[in-house]
Amino acid sequence: MTTIPSIRMPVRPARLASLDAAEREEQARALSRSVRLSVLEMIEHAGLGHIGGDFSVTDILATLFSSVLHVRPQEHDWPERDRFILSKGHAAAALYAALAHSGFFPVSALGTFMDPLSMLNGHPNRNKVLGIETNTGPLGHGLPVAVGCAIASELSPQPWRTYVVLGDGELQEGSNWEAIMTAAHRRLGTLTAVVDRNRLQQGARTEDTNSLEPLADKWRAFGWEVHEVDGHDHAALYEVFSLAPGERPRCVIAHTVKGKGVSFIEDRVEWHHKVPSREQVEQARKELEA
Amino acid sequence: MTAVQESAPTFDNRQAFAEELIRLARQDPRIVAVCNDSVGSSNLGAFQKEFPDRLINVGIAEQDMVGVGAGLANGGFIPFVCAAGPFLTGRALEQIKADVAYSNFHVVLCAMSPGMAYGELGPTHHSIEDFAWIGALDNMTIVVPADPQQTREAVAWAASTDKPVYLRVGRFKVPAVTPPDVTFELGRAVTLREGGDVTLIGTGTTVSRALEAADLLAAQGFEARVLNMATVKPLDEAAVLAAARETGRVVTAEEATTRGGLGSMVAHVLAVNHPTPMRTLGVTEFAPTGSAAYLLEHFHLTARGIADAALELLR
Repeated sequence: MTTIPSIRMPVRPARLASLDAAEREEQARALSRSVRLSVLEMIEHAGLGHIGGDFSVTDILATLFSSVLHVRPQEHDWPERDRFILSKGHAAAALYAALAHSGFFPVSALGTFMDPLSMLNGHPNRNKVLGIETNTGPLGHGLPVAVGCAIASELSPQPWRTYVVLGDGELQEGSNWEAIMTAAHRRLGTLTAVVDRNRLQQGARTEDTNSLEPLADKWRAFGWEVHEVDGHDHAALYEVFSLAPGERPRCVIAHTVKGKGVSFIEDRVEWHHKVPSREQVEQARKELEA
Repeated sequence: MTAVQESAPTFDNRQAFAEELIRLARQDPRIVAVCNDSVGSSNLGAFQKEFPDRLINVGIAEQDMVGVGAGLANGGFIPFVCAAGPFLTGRALEQIKADVAYSNFHVVLCAMSPGMAYGELGPTHHSIEDFAWIGALDNMTIVVPADPQQTREAVAWAASTDKPVYLRVGRFKVPAVTPPDVTFELGRAVTLREGGDVTLIGTGTTVSRALEAADLLAAQGFEARVLNMATVKPLDEAAVLAAARETGRVVTAEEATTRGGLGSMVAHVLAVNHPTPMRTLGVTEFAPTGSAAYLLEHFHLTARGIADAALELLR
């Protein structure tokens, strides 16, 4: 596995404030590129993984980790850190790459993805990987835990913000709607839920399986402030993620393309967890490095 | 009902639970309560009155409730997540597995009114699979206090540990059984009565009945050892093995299914280490309609039923 150098971004408020928009966007773009290239290598190495969902969520993760989250990679349990939860835990490779390239652990560890005894399981484990807030994998778990984090923030003298990324297909799990109600009822303004709206689930399109639309209206009807953005536009994502906490929990429907960045993977249902051949890896790398 | 229950004063463990939780919450601002529209049935009214911000009622949403508990633990709080046993465990089992046990968060899951407490309400409301379900989860402990003193100590212990806890808080009124000088210790059975002929192992509400059964056996000339297995997981294997070696016969009694519960756990330890004649009393099928008292008779979870099981082994 070739080593992609860590960006080691200073994910701290003081430095963030000093960046201008162009610098921020460049950092997010650079992190996205590193994450996608690492994910490609990780999945090739493991012969397993969820490349479609990894690539759809990459720009969201890169924006959060490069310029939004107030976290300290060298002090992962800093009590006042912003909480980030990847509810769609099958996109673990993208999260691991984002964490490693942000300095939470060595980038070289990505080369052990899914190896026997590796800390990098196919789904995130908070007790093994620095920067993971809660174990995810089964769908419909991240949002309730994020609601608990946001309530804890309200009860704490030094509040923080909580961000959770949900897959769109995952919204078919009823536990989300329980949590959506609780967050609205408690007016958890420090909570932001991001829906990775790539419109595909494992077996088919979401709208052909158990349709979600009108999705924004549903969140609004449940009492959330809703924003819709291009989930691959770093500047747009930064803008909405960095809005000050409001009176209500905030839902960001991020319109994405599953497999974004590699032409033959984009928006194809069969690439939910298909592993590219050696030739396909080469083709994908060329496209990602272009 | 039996002689001891008629003569001795009895107590509601939920009362001891609530009082201790409030006492601890006054000392430790990290303690919060989470519930599912169960302020009354979880006996959290006084807690809510004194700490309104620290009582989080998510409504009838158990999956959300357990996840919220995990999130609060992530945020540095010590959540006591309270709900009727059958819905806490059955409805939110995957949340308990993934969010609490596998994440290894210090969340105290409090199963209120477990076992057959909701007798007439039927098997949907009987929490009898919890020992098997929770017992199968790594990192989890299962604590079942038998009386108010043990309940208070178990609540204080649960707040002080750093591990996930499953705490069964009974609704049945129970007599005091714990000697004043004995304190709760995780994984340590309390020997309430010495004896060399047979060992009766109870947990929670069955402990006082096992003591009464020992009286019935004594009247027939048999000396029964009585163990209060207040920790079902981790099981006090040393106490079980000593009992088997020293008394040669073991009877377990639990308000839970015999498939995968305390009896199964004791049987496993004995089968592997020291095969011993046993009887496992518990719930053996979806219960017929009847009050809790009726159902305990039906499943032989009375002093008489426990004594009869012991006599079968002694014959």
